[in-house]
Amino acid sequence: MDLLSQLQRQLADFTASLYREGFVDDQFTQLQKLQDESSPEFVVEVVSLFFEDCEKLVNNMAKALEQQVVDFKQVDSHVHQLKGSSSSIGAARIKNVCIAFKTFCEAQNREGCLRCLQQVNHEHAQLKTNLQTLFTLERQIVANGGSIPAMQ
Amino acid sequence: MATAGEILRRSLTEEIGFSKESVSGSEELHVLAVDDSFVDRKVIERLLKISSCRVTVVESGTRALQYLGLDGEKSSVGFNDLKINLIMTDYSMPGMTGYELLKKIKESSTFREIPVVIMSSENILTRIDRCLEEGAEEYILKPVKLSDVKRIKDVIMGGEVEEKNRGVRKRGREDSIYSLLSPSLVQSSSSPAFDFLTSELQSSKRPKLQTRD
Repeated sequence: MDLLSQLQRQLADFTASLYREGFVDDQFTQLQKLQDESSPEFVVEVVSLFFEDCEKLVNNMAKALEQQVVDFKQVDSHVHQLKGSSSSIGAARIKNVCIAFKTFCEAQNREGCLRCLQQVNHEHAQLKTNLQTLFTLERQIVANGGSIPAMQ
Repeated sequence: MATAGEILRRSLTEEIGFSKESVSGSEELHVLAVDDSFVDRKVIERLLKISSCRVTVVESGTRALQYLGLDGEKSSVGFNDLKINLIMTDYSMPGMTGYELLKKIKESSTFREIPVVIMSSENILTRIDRCLEEGAEEYILKPVKLSDVKRIKDVIMGGEVEEKNRGVRKRGREDSIYSLLSPSLVQSSSSPAFDFLTSELQSSKRPKLQTRD
């Protein structure tokens, strides 16, 4: 198998595993459809925006949860935003943590919230690494004369 | 098959003075998108551009009103220059919600004919009802997909945008008792059958459409 075919095979397998393990969902596939010659870096751009947004929101949540008297409505509103943006890009695991996070906010459960915050951080880091791997593979394929296959 | 549907559509658009030329096939739909989330703004902008729409994206209801010249400030841009054909707004936004924005638009004599689509991650029936009652064209669930944009565009381009014809009321992707039309019917918006159905569903607001069948 030549290098290009190997890379393409790797990409296909890696992508399939991301879906299978629930890191990304169908909405991530939708994003691929929005990328074309006129916007060739769209997925990378929107994913970067998401990670920035995520970091900012996580910081805000952490600050709010550190307060003597926690404003759970505030925390909830940050979680709601994160849930929305993670859903928009297909970051399924993060979105799911947000769903649980919201119920802890509603229950005004500080411990539960802190656990969810930790989980968000963990999932954020994992997804970032995974997508970086994905994008690197894609770049290598393009550099070797191939084109990125459509996501299944 | 000729079409009572088309004749009706033409006469309706003349009746309300809505210029179909502004959304004819040769021109692009100009969409004003409103969302407070960076990520969602980027996605909706791309969804619309790839669907061959001209897009203006703003981050809040206040900005949207400013753009339209409805914020009380004298705007140098008249309605004709803007030619907004569709407004898509997020529901939950700080400051002015999408619902409040919808109300302001429907209260404006200049802009009330522009279809407004509400986007929300929450499938809350009372909220959906309220938006539709206030005149929203549709309430769609986030995350927004390419097929949602395509469907909305088809409906708008079909010319069925005036108040009397708001038969397309998709509540959410799940079927609910409130769905007046199934998505498959929505797609065939150019068929006389569709026009007949919409007329059937608009009981009080307009005269019954006579079709040949």
